[in-house]
Amino acid sequence: MPQGTEKNPLDKESSSFLAKVSRFRETGLFLFILVVMLLTHLKNPNFFSLENLDDLLTNTAILSILALGMMLVIITRGIDLSLGSTLALSGMITALTVSSYPTLHPLLAIALGTLIGIVCGSLVGLGVAVFGVLPIIASLGMMYVYRGLTYIVSGRRWVNASQMPESFKAIATTRLFDIRLYIFIAIVFYLAFYYFTNYTRTGRRIYAVGSNPDSAAITGIKTWRFIWLVYAIMGGLSGFCGVLWVSKFASAQGDTASGYEMNVIAACVLGGVNIMGGSGRVGGVLLGAVLLGTLNNALPMVNMSVFWQNAIQGSIILVAILVNAQVKRNVDRGNLLRRHI
Amino acid sequence: MPGPHEIAADRPFAWKAFFFQWEWILLLVFLAIQVMNFHLSPYYLDLAHLREEAADLAWWPWLTSLIPAVLANWADVTISFLDKSFIVFPMAFIIIMAEIDISVGSTVALSAVLMGLSYKAGLSMPLAMVVALAVGSVCGFINGLILVKYRELAPMIVTLATMIIYRGIALILLEDQAVGKFPAWFQNICWGYLGPVPIMLLAFCVTALVFGIILHRTTFGRQVYAIGSNPVASLFSGVPVARIRVTAYTLAGLMSGVTAIFLTSRMGSTRPNVATGYELDVIAMVVLGGVSTAGGRGRIIGTVISVFTIGFLRYGLGLRNISAEYLLIIIGLLLIFAVMLPNLRPLYTSWYSARHPRRQ
Amino acid sequence: MSEYILELNNITKIFPGVRALNQVHFQLRPGEIHALMGENGAGKSTFIKVITGVHQPDQGEIILDGKPVVFSTPLDAQAAGIAAIYQHVTSYPDLSVSENIFIGHELLHRFGRLNWDAMHAKAGDFLRRLGANFTPQTLMGSLSVAQQQIVEIAKAFSQNARIIIMDEPTAALTRRESEELYRITRQLRDNGVSVIFISHRFEDMYQLAERVTVFRDSSYIGTWPVKEISSHDMIVAMVGREITQLFPSKSDRPPGAELLRVEKLGKPGYFSDISFQLHAGEVLGVTGLVGAGRSELCQALFGIMPYEQGSVSVNGQPVTITSPADAIRAGLAYLPEDRQRQGLLLSWSISRNITLPALRRYSRRGFTREAQENSHSHTLSQRLLVRAPSIHTPVSSLSGGNQQKVVMAKLLTTNARILILDEPTKGVDIGAKSAMYEIIAALAADGFGIVLITSEMPEVLGMCDRILVMRNGRLTAEMPVGEASQEKILAAAMLSTTA
Repeated sequence: MPQGTEKNPLDKESSSFLAKVSRFRETGLFLFILVVMLLTHLKNPNFFSLENLDDLLTNTAILSILALGMMLVIITRGIDLSLGSTLALSGMITALTVSSYPTLHPLLAIALGTLIGIVCGSLVGLGVAVFGVLPIIASLGMMYVYRGLTYIVSGRRWVNASQMPESFKAIATTRLFDIRLYIFIAIVFYLAFYYFTNYTRTGRRIYAVGSNPDSAAITGIKTWRFIWLVYAIMGGLSGFCGVLWVSKFASAQGDTASGYEMNVIAACVLGGVNIMGGSGRVGGVLLGAVLLGTLNNALPMVNMSVFWQNAIQGSIILVAILVNAQVKRNVDRGNLLRRHI
Repeated sequence: MPGPHEIAADRPFAWKAFFFQWEWILLLVFLAIQVMNFHLSPYYLDLAHLREEAADLAWWPWLTSLIPAVLANWADVTISFLDKSFIVFPMAFIIIMAEIDISVGSTVALSAVLMGLSYKAGLSMPLAMVVALAVGSVCGFINGLILVKYRELAPMIVTLATMIIYRGIALILLEDQAVGKFPAWFQNICWGYLGPVPIMLLAFCVTALVFGIILHRTTFGRQVYAIGSNPVASLFSGVPVARIRVTAYTLAGLMSGVTAIFLTSRMGSTRPNVATGYELDVIAMVVLGGVSTAGGRGRIIGTVISVFTIGFLRYGLGLRNISAEYLLIIIGLLLIFAVMLPNLRPLYTSWYSARHPRRQ
Repeated sequence: MSEYILELNNITKIFPGVRALNQVHFQLRPGEIHALMGENGAGKSTFIKVITGVHQPDQGEIILDGKPVVFSTPLDAQAAGIAAIYQHVTSYPDLSVSENIFIGHELLHRFGRLNWDAMHAKAGDFLRRLGANFTPQTLMGSLSVAQQQIVEIAKAFSQNARIIIMDEPTAALTRRESEELYRITRQLRDNGVSVIFISHRFEDMYQLAERVTVFRDSSYIGTWPVKEISSHDMIVAMVGREITQLFPSKSDRPPGAELLRVEKLGKPGYFSDISFQLHAGEVLGVTGLVGAGRSELCQALFGIMPYEQGSVSVNGQPVTITSPADAIRAGLAYLPEDRQRQGLLLSWSISRNITLPALRRYSRRGFTREAQENSHSHTLSQRLLVRAPSIHTPVSSLSGGNQQKVVMAKLLTTNARILILDEPTKGVDIGAKSAMYEIIAALAADGFGIVLITSEMPEVLGMCDRILVMRNGRLTAEMPVGEASQEKILAAAMLSTTA
């Protein structure tokens, strides 16, 4: 069947090539991070000191955990702008609680914050999944609501370090095997999410719902449950991180983490999560978060003014998006040209 | 009754459709807020006091004599919230096209900073204001250009990147400093009056009128709706999609420049972190005004009412010292409610039919 | 045990305002291929959704293996061994082939961990049996439509389906791919699977099916053994009346002046070296298999994906076309293949749709003038016999045939003399088809030049004056209709030029 062979090798080739590109994306990101690190190290040999790496990873931990939740949300074709407010609200309530009950066990404080986050996220998810409100609007609306609540519960006052019990502040300073607890927490989350997204039915169905919601519904998958779930997870992670945040900075304020959602989204976009839904991988998201964290850490070390940070971060995001689009175009065009006419 | 091949050309006035419009609900909310403001604050249109002053007048003449006072009071109030509302109109265009621009807040900051710096560098103030407008337009133009060159990219992501970049440039230029010391007349742009009307309110009304005419009466506006309803079919119908998109984003930039001028005039100085979060406030006002984020639907009148609704709400709560936090909550809930409302009926129908299956 | 594996009796399904199925019957024997035919809107799709549990019937009963059953969700139907392959492939482009096959009934290790090794191995096994040439790890999105259908069939296998429903599976396939699908379908039957095969193409029915059931206007018309029903009788059953004269008679006028000249047009990857002329009053047919580059050629002419080689002249003047706006200015108009996605703004009124391509002409200095727009749209709608209550009716509420007339009116609004029609009768019923043919013939008589892209052989032979045949991006034959025959056209469309 000579005609049959005309097309088929090409399909195989193109699919494996596409796979290569997507892997190339992560490898490229990894190499880029290494280059940034090496250049920084040349300018300032302190960069690769254990102390600094410990700092870098600790500072990236919160961002990287939040990015996991955002990845799930984006995979279902959504977006969550409310996470900064959720984080602030949970942090504030937890801080107020521990300052009133200094004997509260830190684990209970964490549980409280996470619970508040889950409730907040579920409300956003309710709007999106059940009432059909577009994610950007639902989360924008709840962003205002949670921010307002944060100010109200705090009575527009700060909770500062002296009001927090030592046990609570110790969450941030605890070390396991000489490594900060936050790094361990992030690693545990990454392992859990890797397992969740690759080896559980629920995890894979989140991808299915994002990849083709209509056919998921026809298959009998209750799409709204999964959509609700991802916002609840996002909320839970935000609440959890709210506690970590407050403990780390030893202060809770009304405007905590205001605008932080954009950093989290940026980490996901850098990590190759497709904003149109359906694809995104835990490894990529980790790299995206680490790249942002590395930049934050490296710029001051090479005596570059902190004021350059935004511009550099933004440019890297833009370039990553454009390069990605261009590579994909070239691949498509290459496939076309190979078509025999 | 038309025959099989007759097709009616005239359109009878649809009473039902006329009354079932989001704008009416919005107007009711607006009026409710006015009533609330009267009740909340002794300072807001102090009627009792005014009545005492004019005790010799009968009720009716007194009430009519009050109208200018009420209007003047309203006009004054508008100064407190109108600065960012200029961006609402081009944002409405963009959202009607089912797109979004979240870089406008940063564009405001960059325009304001460059205006301040160019004045400091010796440019005359009017020229510096032109710089602000030009910078804004360029920022918007860049957004539009990237989006039409790479049509596969989501506007949300591209403008997220430029949002970080534009503010980043402002930060590089001015670090944590502020620029100010503008000429005395410059603050009149925001605070000044033309007769009894604040200049800013006048500018807002003119802008609203111009954008309203563009959207509802011109081919450009029609094509904006077309792109929002079906971008592919619009392209196939010869609509210059790329040109219209670039124009809309450029307009958003230009109006961000306008906002930069009014904002700077109001505050007397500027710094790189001004106008943070404006993009979300603007989007909220547009959506509350009845513009559908799914594209193809929405009107300028709705966004105008929504601007005033939110503005007066904020002002009224401020009067009573109920501060921004409740406002945030109310705006947030209103926003979700506005979008949810059209979804409720089908939701109820399906819920009802699930509960009450048709008998066999 | 009854004679039938699946029986549906007196099924009625009502949607708000529409009776989508009215007391229909259907009986499926074990191990048969049963064709289900009917025009668009006859209720076939709703019927399938009832069998697969997506919709629940308001009346009637479903009997599986002689026992009444109720499918309240798609999962119930799946569990009962019923699988459907839908018209629009319903896969997950971002997931692997294995996942697409096993979604909903994944293979698990203990504690609910997904067993990828087992799934890949089993999927590979299915794919081998179906003669597929891609691996289970391939991303679904990188496969062709035909390959994706094979995955859907593998999915049905994996669910141990005894009844497989195929909803217009050949609609998007090339001839060779269709043949392959026939082979696989017969293989399924030989393995004891019952197949319900829904199609528009008579060829599918005659090639494959043992029996055929016809629906019309949401009702059951009848069931016949395929061998005992002629295509003429089938048409009568489907349409409900005799279509005596589908095509208007041709005028004998010689073609007029040259309107369009295309020389050595090419776009790498799509088509190359295309040259032809079009004259006033002429209907030029462009045919060939799906994927031969016909639509791409016409979209290039219309500026949607600009050509990269060659030249175009209109009325003897060379023109450059890089956007649809250019094309409209040059006097070309295009009726796209996908009416709902590319042709219309569904939420807009008839009037606004009609004037969109030439807004400039109904405006003054950029300001729209509704009165002019309305009177123009009204005239055009009446001329094309659009059936609707008013020109302010949204086009979404019109039937397919009337929607197509609105698109046609859009073309005429532009004052173009060159009309490119891409499958203008696709997916409209026979009555609307003949109306469309009359419009085309009338326009040609008025001196329009018409390029008619079509896959339907009767349409090519019945409507066109001259015929171009494309294969694999090139022109392989040009003939006046007098010299054309079905065999000659097919030969040019399918065989290499040396043959």
